[in-house]
Amino acid sequence: MNVGLFIPCYVNQFYPNAARATLELLKKTGVNVGYPTKQICCGQPMANSGFEHLAQDCNNTFIENFASFDYIVGPSASCILHLKDHLHSDTQEDKATEMRGKVYELVEFLTDVLKIESLDATFPHKVGLHHSCHGLRGLHLAQMSELNAPDFSKPQKLLAMVKGLEQVPLDRCDECCGFGGVFSVSEEAVSVKMGKDRVRDHTRNGAEYITSSDLSCLMHMEGILHRNNGNVKVIHISEILNATL
Amino acid sequence: MSQPTTKDHAALAEAFIKDEERVDWHDGALWYIREKRDIASKGIPEWEDLREAASQIKSNVISNLHEYLLQFEANLKKNGITVHWADTPEEHNEIVYAILKAKEIDQMVKSKSMLTEECGLNEYLEERGIGVINSDLGEYIQQLDNEPPSHIVLPCIHKRKEEIGELFHEHLGTEKGLSDPTQLTRVARKHLRNVFMTRRAALTGVNFAVAETGEYVVCTNEGNADMGAHLSEVQIASMGLEKIIPQKKHLGVFLRLLARSATGQPITIYSSHYKKPREGQEMHLILVNAGRTRQLGRKDFQDSLKCIKCGACMNTCPVYRKSGGLSYHNTISGPIGAILAPNLDMKRHADLPFASTLCGSCSNVCPVKINIHDQLYKWRQEIVKEGYATNTKVFGMKAMAWTLSSSDKLATAGRAGRWFMQNVPFVVNNKLNPWYKQRDMPEGPKESFTEWYIKNEQNKPD
Repeated sequence: MNVGLFIPCYVNQFYPNAARATLELLKKTGVNVGYPTKQICCGQPMANSGFEHLAQDCNNTFIENFASFDYIVGPSASCILHLKDHLHSDTQEDKATEMRGKVYELVEFLTDVLKIESLDATFPHKVGLHHSCHGLRGLHLAQMSELNAPDFSKPQKLLAMVKGLEQVPLDRCDECCGFGGVFSVSEEAVSVKMGKDRVRDHTRNGAEYITSSDLSCLMHMEGILHRNNGNVKVIHISEILNATL
Repeated sequence: MSQPTTKDHAALAEAFIKDEERVDWHDGALWYIREKRDIASKGIPEWEDLREAASQIKSNVISNLHEYLLQFEANLKKNGITVHWADTPEEHNEIVYAILKAKEIDQMVKSKSMLTEECGLNEYLEERGIGVINSDLGEYIQQLDNEPPSHIVLPCIHKRKEEIGELFHEHLGTEKGLSDPTQLTRVARKHLRNVFMTRRAALTGVNFAVAETGEYVVCTNEGNADMGAHLSEVQIASMGLEKIIPQKKHLGVFLRLLARSATGQPITIYSSHYKKPREGQEMHLILVNAGRTRQLGRKDFQDSLKCIKCGACMNTCPVYRKSGGLSYHNTISGPIGAILAPNLDMKRHADLPFASTLCGSCSNVCPVKINIHDQLYKWRQEIVKEGYATNTKVFGMKAMAWTLSSSDKLATAGRAGRWFMQNVPFVVNNKLNPWYKQRDMPEGPKESFTEWYIKNEQNKPD
C-alpha cells in the first residue's frame, strides 16, 4: 500500500513535529509512505472566503503531486474535508473525482482503513479532546451531540489505546473553538471569545493537554493560552499516538 | 423597527463582546435552551425520522408551491376568509391599512409575527395614525425599548431582568428596582389585558397553513394570539408563501418538531386552528411574497424556504451566542438569517454569510434539515462573484492564492517567516494584525517539515 503524505502548508511551516509524528506513525503501521516535496496548500483558505475560483492552481498541483498514490493521508481534518468536497479540475476531472475518494484524515485512516486495534504509545497525562468541526460534522470522526443517534468516537478509540493517558470530560463536548480560517481575523472579537471559552472548558476540567485532529484549532487555542500565560499545552493527536517514554 | 445599518456584523459583535460578563450570561441562557432541545429530541426515538419526514414534506411544498397556494386560497374563500396577495412588504402594509381604514379602526393588537417585522408594519401604521401594540411579552418589551427583536422565538433574550424592570419603571410606572420576573409579567399582563379588551382588530402570524382545509395554525405559549383574535371584530393573518403544508395530518410531524426544537417543550401551550370567522367577524389572510419566489428560483438556496422559524440554529450557533442577535442587523438573525438576508439585499447583507465558522451545528439541529452551513459557503462564493467583497479582501485573497499556488513561492514565503500571518487578508494592508490583538502567534520552528524531510529522509537509503 502506497500512502502519499499530505502535510498542510501551515503545519509544514509551524508544526513540523506533528508532521514528523504523522510520518513515523504511518511507517510504524508498515505502509509505504511517500512525501512529495513540491506539494502546496489545498486551497481551503481561498474557498472558504468565497474565492473558490482562485484555488484552481492549488487543485492542479495537488493532483499532480498525489495522483499516483493508493491513499492520501493528512493530519488535518479541515484540509482533508475541503479536498473531499471541493477538489475539482478543469482539465483532469476524472482524476480529481477518483482522488476525492481516497483522501483520508489520519485518525480515520488508522481506524477505518488500517483498522488499528493496538498502539505502542505511552502518554501519562490528562488530555482534553477538542473535536474540530470539520472532523466531527464533516468527516464524522465521532457522533455529533445534536443528533439522536448512537455514540462513537474514532479519536477516543485511538486515545484509549495509549498507556497512561486519562481523557478529561468536557462540559460542551463538541463546541466550535472559533478559528474558522479567515474568520479568525475578519471576526476577531467573536473568534477570540469563542476560543477563550473553549480553552476554559478544558482547563476547568483539569486537562494538562488539549489535543485534536486539527492543528488550526490548536494554533488558535495555543495563541490564546500563550497570551494568558496558561499552563495547558496543545498537542496534535499524531504526537500522542506516536509518543513513547 | 429601525435596524442599525452603518456597521457590519464584526463591528457590532465586537461592541457586544466588550461586556464579557453579559456575553457569558447570554451564551449560557441560549446554551441552556440548546440543552433542553437535546433532552426533548433525544426523548423520542423517531426524532431523526421526523426530521427527514418534515424535510421531504417541505421539499414537496417547494416543488408544488403554485398548486398548493391556489388550493389553499380556494379553501380559505370557501371558509369565508378574505384572501389578499402581496408581492412586496409595501403592498402588505397597504392591504392591512386599507382593511383597518374601511372599518375606521385606529388601534390594533398584534401577536408574534416576524413577517410584519420584516415589512416594517408597525412604523407604517403609526405614520398613518394607527397604534399597534405587540402582545407577545418579548415583543412587547422590545417595542417599549424601540428596538427590534434579537431572536425570532425569544425576542428580548439579550436583555437582563433588571433592564426589563428599568423599562417597566419608565414606561409602565412600576416601582424602581423591581426585577422579579413573575411580578413584571403580572404588570405586563394587566396592561395587555386592557389592550385585548379595547382593540377591535387583531393581527396574528401563521405557523402552518393547511392547503387541504384552508385553515391556519398559530403556535404560542402565552395564548396572546387567541386572546386578541377571539375578542376582535376584524382578524388579520399575515403569512409568507412558504408556510404552506399540504394536509392536516402533516401537523403531526411539524407540531412535534417545532416546540422541541425551539424551547425543548413537547408542544407549544397553544396550537390554535383558525378556519372561519365568527358571526359578525371579518377574517382576512394576506399571502406575502417579499422575495420568497426569488429565493425559490435560486437552486442552491431554495431549501432555506423550508424553515419553520424554530430558532434552534440560533441557540446552537456559538457565533450567535457570543455576538447577540442585533449584530446581524436583519429581522431574522443567526445562521438562518444569514442565508435568507442576502436574497433580499445582497450588498447590504454581504457580511452575514461570513459571520460563521461553518461549524455545521445549525444544520444538525434544523428540524427540517436545511443544509444551512453549506448554503453559507455557497453565498460566500456568490457574494464574491457579484463583486460585493471588500477591496482589501479581494487583494489579500489574490496575494494569498498567488503565494499558495506554487511550492517555490510558498517555500520562500515560509522561510521569510510566518507566511500565514503575512498572507491572511486584512493583515496584508494593515499595520495592526488582528490575530495578534488577543492571541500570540505560533513560534516559528527552525526548519519546515519539508526542509527537514529533504535533509533527513529523502536521500536516506531504505
